[in-house]
This record gives sequence, structure tokens and C-alpha cells, in this order.
Amino acid sequence: MQFFKGTKKPSHAISDLWITCTSCNRMIYRREHEDNLKVCGKCGHHGRLTASERLELLIDDLSKFEEIAPEMRSEDPLGFSRDGLDYPDHLKRYKSSTGLEDAAVAGTGFIDGRHVSLVVIDFRFLGASMGAVMGEKVTLAVEKASLEGVPLIIVPCSGGARMQEGMISLMQMAKTVAAIRNFHDQGGLYIAILTDPTLAGVTASFASLADVLIAEPGATIGFTGRRLIEQIVKQKLPKDAQSAEFMLCHGMIDLVVQRNVLRDTLINTLDLLAGPTAPKNSQAHTSLPETVQQ
Amino acid sequence: MKPQKPTTLDFEKKLDQLRASIEKVQSNATSQDQVSKIEELKFELEAQTAEVYATLSPWQRVQVARHPDRPHTQDYIDMCFSNFIELHGDRYYGDDQAIVGGPAKLGNHRVMVIGHQKGRDTQENVRRNFGMASPEGFRKARRLMKLAEKFKLPLITFLDIPGASPVLEAEERGQAWAIAENLMEMAGLKTPFITTVIGEGGSGGALALGMADRVLMQEYSVYSVASPEGAASIVWRDHKFAPRAAEALKLTPSDLLKLGVIDRIIAEPTGAAHRNYLDAARLLKETLTEELDSLRSRSVENLIQSRNAKFRSIGTPTSNPSGLAEDSVVS
Repeated sequence: MQFFKGTKKPSHAISDLWITCTSCNRMIYRREHEDNLKVCGKCGHHGRLTASERLELLIDDLSKFEEIAPEMRSEDPLGFSRDGLDYPDHLKRYKSSTGLEDAAVAGTGFIDGRHVSLVVIDFRFLGASMGAVMGEKVTLAVEKASLEGVPLIIVPCSGGARMQEGMISLMQMAKTVAAIRNFHDQGGLYIAILTDPTLAGVTASFASLADVLIAEPGATIGFTGRRLIEQIVKQKLPKDAQSAEFMLCHGMIDLVVQRNVLRDTLINTLDLLAGPTAPKNSQAHTSLPETVQQ
Repeated sequence: MKPQKPTTLDFEKKLDQLRASIEKVQSNATSQDQVSKIEELKFELEAQTAEVYATLSPWQRVQVARHPDRPHTQDYIDMCFSNFIELHGDRYYGDDQAIVGGPAKLGNHRVMVIGHQKGRDTQENVRRNFGMASPEGFRKARRLMKLAEKFKLPLITFLDIPGASPVLEAEERGQAWAIAENLMEMAGLKTPFITTVIGEGGSGGALALGMADRVLMQEYSVYSVASPEGAASIVWRDHKFAPRAAEALKLTPSDLLKLGVIDRIIAEPTGAAHRNYLDAARLLKETLTEELDSLRSRSVENLIQSRNAKFRSIGTPTSNPSGLAEDSVVS
């Protein structure tokens, strides 16, 4: 995939040719890591994808992606400042390092020829915390799916609410959920793909209310962050606590799916629940239906 | 259950001294002189209390909202409602005593009342997990919300929670899922719905009972995206910056009214609810009754539509060049 080649050097890069896996610490040839969709070839650790990498992974043609409200940016409802750093200036730093206005990127595109409304979220932008922009973009994407009668796909990722927007952030939970309730009442199909990490107010609102919940292997999923739980109960949590596999085991999600088959699984789920799309642009990913034919 | 021995906050100390001297004079008051001295001191106490409470910092307001003597949900149920029957259990796993609820009467109205419940002493706090609700509590609340809808009982909730229970067991049983499902329930709940923050409105655990037609706050309650300590450790990397975070988070009723997050502030007696339960309850009951009368005059369809329109509009960024927000609001 072309986009993996030109991405910015991660902070853990030790040279242009090699990187270190953040999970097993082994050296990986960068080119191999990128060809492998940022999954470590040694330990299987799924590295985080940027918003554009995620889009490229899931949709047919990036050039046909129509972004919703691309220029929307956070306002500063509280007049928030920390040690002389005003919140708007803080945001500018993230904009210059990521090229994004906010963590969430919403829009419509095609997956295996099927029109969908889609939101992907980029952890690099302030820990993908949810403020008014994320809440609004998610809501707009849900409303778009309602209006056009297309499936909704959200790929959540978030450390939680954005403190700098205070209660305005918390209210985004109510806003997004109200839109999703309306979408469900209309019979819309919503599939969420939980990625590392999906926590707090995002899990406790739009992320967990999908018809089908898919997660990437090893993704941290939960409400309270590990650090806070450990502080409060004063003991170390097991290493796998709050992992996707842990949540699968406790009945909280439907599937844990490897990144290399994520798109195929998504397409199959869409086909089974929403029915096949009329004119298929591509037959490449639909081998399963043949097995049920006599 | 009012506390036997009141707790005094730092900024209340000089008020306590005045109270002590009033008691001292009172205990051996015989002459007319002494009676007028008492009146004088009482007047002084009232004035000083008003002065102290008029200038509280946001962090001091957090202390008042968390005051161990502050009335809790059960106190207001006892004082404002009649015929209350507490219903128990989530029908899945257990009965979380950090949330209480059941049908009751508010004046002549039959209602469903649900609230977070903190304990008064250590023993009760252990039983109630300091008001930090578990998934079972949120699911019990959801069951009672559905019951309210089925029997056309208006829903009245009280928010008073430091935060949802932050333990692994709560994670295993889907804390986030329980909260999200409550939000989805409330977004379409076909009954009039009023919520009041009576103490600490802490984060998602508070909102899980609070997506109402009318969101009210008592004068000395706070409502916040995270506890000041939590926000401080995220933003300042040290929970000791809590007082500064309390300032920055805009968690007071008047700030939140300005931000459009809440609809109304309910006055408390001088010196806050913990010094005068009866007046606090009277003011609360009057407001709830008034709000309920006005909600009952509207159709449920109208209520749900404006409930969701209200939450839809909170914090919508104005820099929205595509203009999609206006076009695609589903009514």
C-alpha cells in the first residue's frame, strides 16, 4: 500500500530502515512492517494506524471519500489554559504535527462497492480525546447514514473525554447516542471496529452501541484506564486485563479480527446483515457465499 | 439520616466558633440582655455565613458538594416524596446499593425516582461503595426507567456520584456498556424526565442517570467531565493541581448555565443544604413540582424531540463550512 511508504518517522525509529516493535522490542525492517499493515511480524502486535492509513485499509478508493466538515475545529468554550499554554495554541501544535484539525475524520465512501458513512479516529491528535468536534463529526456521520439509508461504520479510538472542553465534552456522549438511537430505530446497520485504545466516554457512548462490535487484537478496551484502576485498588492488573481478548471472553464484543482480514470480515458482515449491494464493483472479497450454494 | 456530629470545612471554622458562642450564651440565658445578645450573634452568624458562601472558590464549592453531611438522595426521598417503595436488582447479576430507586409520590404526582446514593458513615459507605455505581446499578436504573415509561410515571433522578466504580470487576461486567445503554434508553424515553445534581455530578456515571428534559443543579453542587483530581492528573500530570483544575473545568452551576449545559439552578438555604436540610428540601420540592407541572402539559413526542434537540446543540462548533449540521438534523 502506497500510503505506508511515505508516512512520518515514528518517535521510536532507530534508523530509516529499522524500527523497534513497541510490544516485543524486537527490531523490524521498516518496509516489512509497513507491508504488513503495521503488524509486528514477530509478535503480532497491531500498531496504531493514522486516520488516512485506516481509511486506505478499509475503503475501495480514497479519492472517492467525501469528507464531512473537514475544516471543523475545536473552539475554546471554557477559555482553557494550562501554565500559560492556551488551548487553541495547544491544538495548533497537534495540527502541525498531524496535519489534522481534530482526531476524528468522518465522511462517506465505498466498501466493496457499498456506499457507507464512516468515521475513523487518529490517536496522534491529543490522545484522540473526545471534544465537541469529535462529537459533532460522529453525529453528522450518523445523521448522514440515517438520511441516505446506508450502513454506518465507526472505527473508534480514544483516551476519553477532552478535559480542555469540560462538560461540553461530556455532553457529546448524549449527543452522539441520541443520533445512534434514532439510527437504530430506523433499522440502520452500525458496525464498530474498536482499536487501541478505546476508553472512557467514547466506549460509554457511541463506540459500544453498534449492532456488531469488532476489535483489533490486543486493543485496550474499557471504561476506566489501567493507571487509575491500579492507583485505586493498589495492585497491578493482569497484563491482558481490558484487552480485546479479555472483553471477548467477558461477552462484551463479538469478534477479534486480525488486520489482514479485517476488510474481508467487514464486507462479509455487511453482506450478511444488510444484504448484497446491487451492482458489485468488485467480487474479489466475497468467496464465502459459494460455500452455501448447493 | 442526618449526621449526629457535623463535619466542619476549613472555611467554615469561624462560623463554627460563632455557633459555639451562641450555644454557650444560650445554655445559661436568663436575662433579657442575654436574649438580645443571642439575637445579635445569630444575626452575625447569618451575615458571616452568607459572606463566606458568596465568595467560595470553585475548589471550595467542590468541598461543599462532597460535604459528608450534605443531604443525599435518600434524604430527599424521605423529605420531598411520600409512599416510596425501593425496588431492587438489575435482573442480571446483583443489586448495587450505590443507586437507589422506586416509585413514589411527589405531592399528587405518581413518579419514579432514582438516584446515586452515598453512605453516611464508614459502614454504609462500604455497602454503597461511596456512591460509585457498578454496571448492576446502572442496569437497575435502566430497568426502573423502562418501568416508568410503561406505567407513564414521570422520571425524577438525583445525581451524586464521584465517578463510576473504577475496578476491574466493573470492567468485566461492562461498565461502559451499561452507561451507554442508559444513554440510549434516555434518548427515547417516553415520559417527562427531570434530573437534579444534588452533590457531585461526576462524569459518565452521573450522565448515565441525567439525560433529562430538564437538567437542574442545586446551588452548591458541581457537575464535571472528570473529578478535579482526575482532570489535574491528566492535564497537569499531578492530582495536586485539583484546585486549579476545579477553576479551569467550569463546574459550577452558574458557569454551566452560561454554557447551556444545564437549565436551572435551585437555591439552597444560607450556608448550604448540609446546615439546613428542611429548607433545602422545601426549595427542591417546590422547583421539582413546578417543573413537573410544566412538563406534564406537553406531549411525550414533543418532549423527546426537544430533549434530543437540546443535547444535539450543545457545543456544536460554529466553524462548520459545509453547513451540514443545519441540513441533516433529523427531526
